[in-house]
Amino acid sequence: MTRPRVHQPSGLPESNPTRADGLLADLHLDIPLLTGLFLLCGFGLVVLYSASDQHGGQIERQLFRLGAAFVGTLLVAQIPPAQLRRWSPWFYGFALLLLITVLIVGEIGKGAQRWLDIGVFRFQPSELTKLSVPMMIAWFLAEKPLPPQWKRLLAAGAMILLPVLLIARQPDLGTSLLVASAGIFVLFLAGLSWRFILGMMITAIPVGWITWEWGMHDYQRDRVLTFLDPESDPLGTGYHIIQSKIAIGSGGLYGKGWLNGTQSHLEFLPERTTDFIFAVLSEEFGLIGILLLLTLYLLIILRGMYIAVQAQDTYSRLLAGTVTLVFFFYLFINTGMVTGILPVVGVPLPLVSYGGTSLVTIMIGFGILMSIHTHRKLLPT
Amino acid sequence: MPQSTLKNYLWESRLFRGRALVAVVIVVCLVLVVVMRLINLQVINHEHFTTLSQDNRVKVLPLPPTRGLIYDRNGLILAQNVPTFSLEVTPERVTEMDQTLEALGKIVAIEDSDFKRFERLRKQRRRFDSIPIRVRLDEQEVARLAANRHLFPGVEIQAKLLRHYPLEDKTAHAVGYVGRINEQELQQIDNSAYSGTSHIGKTGIEKSYEKLLHGEVGLQQVEVNAFGRVIRVLQSKAPIPGKNLHLSLDAGLQHAAMTAFGEETGAAVAIDPANGAILALVSNPGFDPNLFVEGISSEDYDALQKSETKPLFNRAIRGQYPPGSTVKPFIGLAGLETGTIGIAQKNYCPGFYQLPGHSHKYRDWRKGGHGSVSIDDAIIQSCDVFFYALAHQLGIDRLHDFLSRFGFGRKTEADIADERSGLLPSKEWKRQRRKAPWYPGETLIAGIGQGYMLTTPLQLAHATATLAGGGVNRIPMLVSQVFDSTGRPSLPPNANLQVKLPVNDPENWKTIIAAMTQVIEGQRGTARLIRNEHYHIAGKTGTAQVFTVKQDEEYDEEKIDKKMRDHALFIAFAPVEKPRIAVAVIVENGGHGGSVAAPIAKRIMDYHLLEQQP
Repeated sequence: MTRPRVHQPSGLPESNPTRADGLLADLHLDIPLLTGLFLLCGFGLVVLYSASDQHGGQIERQLFRLGAAFVGTLLVAQIPPAQLRRWSPWFYGFALLLLITVLIVGEIGKGAQRWLDIGVFRFQPSELTKLSVPMMIAWFLAEKPLPPQWKRLLAAGAMILLPVLLIARQPDLGTSLLVASAGIFVLFLAGLSWRFILGMMITAIPVGWITWEWGMHDYQRDRVLTFLDPESDPLGTGYHIIQSKIAIGSGGLYGKGWLNGTQSHLEFLPERTTDFIFAVLSEEFGLIGILLLLTLYLLIILRGMYIAVQAQDTYSRLLAGTVTLVFFFYLFINTGMVTGILPVVGVPLPLVSYGGTSLVTIMIGFGILMSIHTHRKLLPT
Repeated sequence: MPQSTLKNYLWESRLFRGRALVAVVIVVCLVLVVVMRLINLQVINHEHFTTLSQDNRVKVLPLPPTRGLIYDRNGLILAQNVPTFSLEVTPERVTEMDQTLEALGKIVAIEDSDFKRFERLRKQRRRFDSIPIRVRLDEQEVARLAANRHLFPGVEIQAKLLRHYPLEDKTAHAVGYVGRINEQELQQIDNSAYSGTSHIGKTGIEKSYEKLLHGEVGLQQVEVNAFGRVIRVLQSKAPIPGKNLHLSLDAGLQHAAMTAFGEETGAAVAIDPANGAILALVSNPGFDPNLFVEGISSEDYDALQKSETKPLFNRAIRGQYPPGSTVKPFIGLAGLETGTIGIAQKNYCPGFYQLPGHSHKYRDWRKGGHGSVSIDDAIIQSCDVFFYALAHQLGIDRLHDFLSRFGFGRKTEADIADERSGLLPSKEWKRQRRKAPWYPGETLIAGIGQGYMLTTPLQLAHATATLAGGGVNRIPMLVSQVFDSTGRPSLPPNANLQVKLPVNDPENWKTIIAAMTQVIEGQRGTARLIRNEHYHIAGKTGTAQVFTVKQDEEYDEEKIDKKMRDHALFIAFAPVEKPRIAVAVIVENGGHGGSVAAPIAKRIMDYHLLEQQP
């Protein structure tokens, strides 16, 4: 949700493309990435059409959102990475401020509060942090040579933890997990020492236990328990996963065919247009269809990593790599949840699930990637 | 751009490349984990999940069969299925429920109790299930609703088949009735065969032929959604309707018999001796079996239960009465066939009988006695003393063995449910059941059909038919033919089962039948009242004691309460030359067999033989 900031006059940069590829290049768009995204969104719409019971209205709204998100991509792609980098701390502070506001409003309203209503539209400030956190950490770490020193790591850790805890208090497990992962991905790409990573993994066990005992809400614990044994509560929390597994498993190799999924069309599958749309796809298109989808995702991710590697400065590299890995993280958490190997956390299938908020964030992330790739300068070799 | 040296820049670039490579490897590995999971679900466990998916969406609904119909011997319908109409509302399709119900109330009468039931069912059922607001609509109501139907979306008239017995009380005891399946029956029936069936035969033929009448349940495989709504029919197997039964029962004869009883309570059974077919089976008074079909109201049930005349009691098969003198022809035949007495042998009747060495006087019904009587006189005049002596000579066990050949003391195995077996005493029976020895005096009273001995009207008619048929014991049958839905006839189970009794000397049988004929035709016959010029009847009157007169007292009908009066019995068959009907009639507390029971039997025989309405 960085659109309001894009309209600042200083945001319009002098582009300096290395290769002139006609109009698309002038628009700072990366054609391979754009092709992958369009194919994925197109496939997503086909699945959504079936999942929504051929509900034209839902398709229309999703198309509108995709259009809006693409405008976001287009606008962000025009901003040179150097500008983004300068804005990073301010953006981080702004997002943090909104998170606190939301929390205070929520305290007064006595209930879970994620949305901020600013008259014309409502949005979730936590979505902003999905971009502001990696931008901030990348900016912070790029200040000094890599790999980061201890003190910097500690400070970066605090910068990640603050918004993560604020989001977790809302409570929104899915988003806090994504934000935390975004921060950690920056640290990892910045060369966090392997010894430290190993140490953290070992520490994670007692920390995990403590989190389980004191840091989780009952519904979150239930979800974990249901994940471990979904059949134990087949009518409650386990119902989603059981029906989802039935949908996926009955799809088989070739699927039941488009619009022919009985699990989804006879309404056995809950949330089939949003978090569980992967199950609809698995049921109707089978393993073949899923492999096609995963290939599209992998192509986009590989292109993202290529852009990151090709980036010319540390900030750009870290940010591009992180945006790509967060995109993958969405995919992994969602598919893991729907297939029953991960707990149920509300993470959509990126660019396929029905719904706008995360769609816009993800597409703006790809706008950043395109900006990074198309604003490169010719380097002396 | 950070302020860094070229060396630093290259170093950072290399570091990032390394990390990016690790990240890509991890990404690919995690994607492979997901793919393996998918292979596990979609390939390895595909069949398991396909089954679960099928179980989710496919449900099997039963299609209940139509119950078979029951006809009398002339093709008159005795039990049929008639459509009844109810008004049903589907809440999901009604936007303004209160308005709709109010508007419906203006077209048909809807009581408060209807509203209450509707609200109760509405809470229990799903929104797309239709719920009855009124049941048993009459034709006018149906017509009014049909005319206004377009005004009420979501409101429908539903038809369902209800069992109906057009002859009501005339056939209530023979045909029986169906009612809703109760808990106890639910334990006994095959639940899958009865899925979708709400009613089951409770009494009479409806119960004994339940299996044939019910038919076979059909199935419908449907696709349902997560909420149980039927989306479409996948497959269906039509139900096989129950078989239609054709009875040997004559509805006209039933009616004639009921009319003949009038206000009297009692029972009559008529059997065709030639084949054992039951022509009439009447227990008076009857009741309206239609009351039971949809569940009888407690007031109606109380009224039937508390009635002095016990209309629900099927006297024809469950009433157990002492046979009285109607047993005398059989005992007489026992005496002749066993050679205990001769045809011409005469015994003197002084009006009482004393066992050797005992002072107790076993009295004859005629105070002065019958004088010197032979077997035929003893039957014609119903001499008690003659049969006391004969019974004493035969002994209870020989008596028991001979009478049991005629079906006394056990069920006739007729094709009607809940028959009782009566009682034919023997020394063995008394030792086992009463834990007491047999006394000789008990043999004497058994000789005149009193004491322990009990028979049902069906047993008496059956024994009479056996006698009339020259000693062929046939199982009495109500059903003569069974027709399946395609109209193919078959015989009921147990049809034509018969046992030929041993006959020592046909003269003995002729003597007894001749004596029985003289009961009607003879000047001193006890049933001479029903003598007629159209056909010859062989019969025997009987009077069964309800109340034992003390040794020194006299039985005075006038002084005794009606309920304590003797039962009047009469058995008969006609025409004597070629018997076509054997009848047993019992009139409870009717008094004398000859004057009360015999005329009823006569009217039954008249109807059957002369085809005339009484």
